Amino acid sequence: MEQNTSNEEKESKVPENSVQFLSFTLGDEEYGVTILSVQEIRSWEPVSKIPNVPSYEKGVVNLRGAIVPIIDLRERFNLEHSEYTNLTVVVVLQAVCLGRNRTMGVVVDSVSNVMNIQKENIQSAPDFGTKVSTEFINGIASVDNRMVMLLDVEKLLKLDGLEEDEAEDD
Amino acid sequence: MSIDMAQFHQVFFEESFEGLAVMESGLLNLDMGDVDSEEINTIFRAAHSIKGGSGTFGFNAVAEFTHLMETLLDEMRDGRRQVTQTAVDVLLGSVDCLTEMLTAIQAEDEIDEGSVNNHKNALEVELNGGAVEAPVEVTSAASEPASSVITVESGLGWKISFSPHTNLLKTGNDPVRMFRELAELGDLEVFVDMQGVPSLLDLDPEDCHLSWTLLLKGEIERSDIDDIFDWVEDECDLSIQPLTEEVERETINEIEEAATPVETVKPASVEVVKADGNEDKPVAAKAKKPKAAASSSIRVDTSKIDTLINMVGELVITQSMLSLVGEHFSIDKIDQLKTGLIQLERHTRELQESVMNIRMMPISFVFSRFPRLAHDLSSKLNKKIELKLVGEHTEVDKTVVELISDPLVHLVRNSLDHGIEMPADRVAAGKPETGTVTLEAYHRGGNIVIEVKDDGKGLNKESLRNKAIEKGLIDESTILTDKQTYELIFMAGFSTAEQLTDVSGRGVGMDVVRRNIQSLGGTIEIISELGVGSTMAIHLPLTLAILDGQSIAVGDATYIVPLGSIIESVKITNDMVNRVAGKGETFRLRNEYLPIVRLHEIFHVESAKATNLMEGLLVVVEGQGVRCGLFVDDLLGQQQVVIKSLEANYRRVEGVSSATILGDGSVALILDIPGLVRLSNQ
Repeated sequence: MEQNTSNEEKESKVPENSVQFLSFTLGDEEYGVTILSVQEIRSWEPVSKIPNVPSYEKGVVNLRGAIVPIIDLRERFNLEHSEYTNLTVVVVLQAVCLGRNRTMGVVVDSVSNVMNIQKENIQSAPDFGTKVSTEFINGIASVDNRMVMLLDVEKLLKLDGLEEDEAEDD
Repeated sequence: MSIDMAQFHQVFFEESFEGLAVMESGLLNLDMGDVDSEEINTIFRAAHSIKGGSGTFGFNAVAEFTHLMETLLDEMRDGRRQVTQTAVDVLLGSVDCLTEMLTAIQAEDEIDEGSVNNHKNALEVELNGGAVEAPVEVTSAASEPASSVITVESGLGWKISFSPHTNLLKTGNDPVRMFRELAELGDLEVFVDMQGVPSLLDLDPEDCHLSWTLLLKGEIERSDIDDIFDWVEDECDLSIQPLTEEVERETINEIEEAATPVETVKPASVEVVKADGNEDKPVAAKAKKPKAAASSSIRVDTSKIDTLINMVGELVITQSMLSLVGEHFSIDKIDQLKTGLIQLERHTRELQESVMNIRMMPISFVFSRFPRLAHDLSSKLNKKIELKLVGEHTEVDKTVVELISDPLVHLVRNSLDHGIEMPADRVAAGKPETGTVTLEAYHRGGNIVIEVKDDGKGLNKESLRNKAIEKGLIDESTILTDKQTYELIFMAGFSTAEQLTDVSGRGVGMDVVRRNIQSLGGTIEIISELGVGSTMAIHLPLTLAILDGQSIAVGDATYIVPLGSIIESVKITNDMVNRVAGKGETFRLRNEYLPIVRLHEIFHVESAKATNLMEGLLVVVEGQGVRCGLFVDDLLGQQQVVIKSLEANYRRVEGVSSATILGDGSVALILDIPGLVRLSNQ
């Protein structure tokens, strides 16, 4: 009930109270990222491997002259690995991360659709304690009785070790 | 006028700093015995521009200060004052002070009033002490010889007829501003003549069709008026007459007669001209400037741009030829296609070179500060030193120019301080009393070499060695080659000066120098002979954006090794390999034992074809003084690669300096040799 009242307050401030998300699947789970952070959707293509990095960091590709890293979301979320096929999709995301605009590709099984989600329908991620990491999940929404996990792109792009690098650079 | 002046500030600062550099080098070139008046003129002009600019932008402190310098220079120029060493020193000091003031303004800091006042006083003392006549009288007499007859009348004022040429506004000059300055001098009446204004149809709003008659009343120096019109002298017809009552009356009558009809006939067009000509258009004309002067700008020779345009033209022709071949392609056209592709390749390469060329600047941008340094230091150290600059026109990448200057200052200081001996010692050693320090830049291969050479006492190997042992940097039993001995001075905490001076000798310099040079992808080497002199040679890549690389294969991965760090590639046999403590592999190459770094192991490439040392190749590489043999599957080929940052979207990877894109569009990593060695040691 409390949440409802706060959402009503928001409604009065923000006239457009729905957000657009791009949804994609990993296995039988459905995830969403805010549409504004999606730069493009590409098919999987071989990457150049980077030595001595976590296995979910697949490598880098040439995206119109820029070197863009590709990470496998399944592996990132400790899901079972699946073979890459011609239908495997790479969603190129961008966000301001540590003061810089970063671009990164994430490998997902397939892209479903673009959905409008009312802000009041977004719930915070349930707490599983330490059993399940909800580090990247911003919230959960229910669309057509399916649960969609909404990802925090900025956190997703912040790869392990990036912050240390930044500190060294300074 | 509602122009945001701030947008021109950057241009003003750039020009001013250039002007200051001109003044400085001019002052240093002044030969006391035989003064070249052209040299003084150059200095004067630079000072004058700074004064004008700072006045315009409202930096009055700077304008005032420059004015004093200008007065002094003016007297020197007219030969009314002897050029003395003290005067030159005062002026040099003032140049420094001015630099500080401008830097402070640029950084929006407070100007250090105390130092400014000190320099001001010094200038005033010099002015009052040296001048034979009172400067005010002299100035007017000097600039207008005839005015001596009419000085009495000039008290009344001046009549100025000012008819600018039509393109005045396009050159960024604004009459309104000039009139405002005139108005500050005295009582100003402005009469505009609009007869030149064409009908609205023929009117080009960017042209100036107006001319003015100005009556400036009051006791005003002719030279002050000249100053205001100085900028537009070549772009207008200007006559300045002393004002008498008669002249004034006539002028007013004339103007009234002329002006009335025009205004009634074409009031509309007059309005347009007034508004456009004086207010808006200068904005348009000037607004182009700041674009070129964004936060970091570069001045490019027009001829370079022309070459570039030529290239693009040829590229377009080749492209259209190729598409023609492609449209109706048959197999007998294969020769045509090949020629086209060869041409295309050539054009691309040329285009690449000329684009690189645009980033190139002559090294003189760096060298120009050294005469001053040598001048100041030699007097401070009581040494006689001649600084020779050779190859100032050698061009290097802008980034290199910016980053090399601090290390160079260090090296030159060291040469002046430690290298060159005191005059007495030199004479005793049978050398000329004056020591020579030569700064030389030249191209060699794909590198630029900058040498700092002195004919001083050279490096003493023995004392270097003893010092290093004393400081605990090396062990007493260590055997060092000559080269390694000289390298000692690059170690942190090493100083050879018997006594520390405030010039150099704290031992922090050289290791920083080497690090800076290495960060530019360069190397530094020392050649020295005791008693004869030493040479520090800096080798730098011409540009930082493109690298000559050797592609190597390890399994299905391709890596690029900077060509400069490759010494040779060898195929080895098992009997060349030795093991240290059962693990570390080394091999002997011409009496030198080098560690072997297996690239597939440290990069965990599973698909590597060669795991036995006999099967692959050893690429002998060197980085930061460390040599090793890099074990790879195969060498692929040499090519120029464009360096792309890996960190922009990703992170730094140990053993990899950056990435590049190969011909097939895939990404290849560029290896960082010192990083690889570190990685293999872990």
